Amino acid sequence: MRADWKPALPRAVTLRHDGVRDTDLLLMPERVVRLTGPAGAILRLCDGTRTADDIVMTLAARYPDAPIATEVPVFLQQIKEEGWLI
Amino acid sequence: MADLTPPWALLAEVTHACPLHCPYCSNPLELTRRSAELAAAEWARVFEEAAGLGVVQAHISGGEPLLRPDLDEIVAGAHAAGVYSQLVTSGLRLTDERLASLRGLDSVQLSVQDARAADSDRIAGRPAFDAKHEAAAVIRRSGLPFGLNVVLHRHNLDHVDEIIDLALTWGAERLELANTQFYGWALRNRAALLPTRDQLAAAEQSIARRRAELDIVWVLPDYFTGAPKPCMGGWATRSLTVAPDGAVLPCPTARAVSGRPVPNVRESPLAWIWRESPLFTAYRGTDWMTGPCRECPRRHTDFGGCRCQAFELTGDAARTDPACTLSPDHGLILAALEAPAAGFVYRRPGAVPAT
Repeated sequence: MRADWKPALPRAVTLRHDGVRDTDLLLMPERVVRLTGPAGAILRLCDGTRTADDIVMTLAARYPDAPIATEVPVFLQQIKEEGWLI
Repeated sequence: MADLTPPWALLAEVTHACPLHCPYCSNPLELTRRSAELAAAEWARVFEEAAGLGVVQAHISGGEPLLRPDLDEIVAGAHAAGVYSQLVTSGLRLTDERLASLRGLDSVQLSVQDARAADSDRIAGRPAFDAKHEAAAVIRRSGLPFGLNVVLHRHNLDHVDEIIDLALTWGAERLELANTQFYGWALRNRAALLPTRDQLAAAEQSIARRRAELDIVWVLPDYFTGAPKPCMGGWATRSLTVAPDGAVLPCPTARAVSGRPVPNVRESPLAWIWRESPLFTAYRGTDWMTGPCRECPRRHTDFGGCRCQAFELTGDAARTDPACTLSPDHGLILAALEAPAAGFVYRRPGAVPAT
């Protein structure tokens, strides 16, 4: 992962909270992806202004006991490969 | 009672009027008149009620939605309700100004009938290809996500490679190659549209070879697989359709299927329609099943196939979908595959007498 990558959702992908199902969703032209666990909280930080390191630090401060530094970069890379982050 | 889940998607058919006459149209043979259409304010209420039920996506379709002068208000209604909206259009009359006026729109799906102008226009029943080419440029300039949709059949399946080239040239990010499903006008034109197995096999090979170039959606049609499709993810399970006159249906072709009254947003709340109306509860779950479906291990996978197809072909919506090789009516499908080819009956109001 490049150090200067500032993850952002592409224009075709919208992140929103679904109050009826109490879950976060990624909405796309022909698709809905249901996010589980902290995925929505992580992707909400992907606004194109923060680097992946910034996102890790922000989350590490918020959840000091979670394995953020090892798991979040892997998650971001996976989501990028799906085409849901640029 | 079957498990009740919130719907994900709404197909909003805002008009049946259309400049094209495609013989594969899934609209009913009896088209709704313009004077009976829901007003934009009624659509806003529909989107709000739908969002409250759990709908997160709306496909704003028709007919041709651009023929609604108040389409901007309709799109704004979906946006205000927090629903992701996709415009499904033939592209005719789409200009930069018109598309910009649709504030809050999230994506566009453009239809084209074939890869070359003359072939495409012959299927559309009028000159349209050049206007579609311009519409593609308009969509590209807008920056909105752009999908191209081509309904496939005997007359264009041999051109799949050229169609993929067209999608790349026009700048689509996604190509939906939708094999014709035989409802409405398409069922009337089935003998003209059914492809051959060889055509399907060749198209499938082209697509497999070129998947890396573009996001391509392709599903083999149920007439040829011997297995029924899990239609709509199960009756009244994932999505609903609101027709131009406010009729609410579990799918676009379900108007006549069960003999039960068709609910309407002008008369009933959408929540009641989804949860309790006789039409929506008719085939939800598995209790209604008959014949081989009752004991079938696949009944929770394919939900007995398509109720509309069972009704259209056998007259009884509760029978196993004839597309299934286990159906006692499967011979109807095999006979259709053997029938000689015929000419088109173009989609025009009154082209087929009401029965």
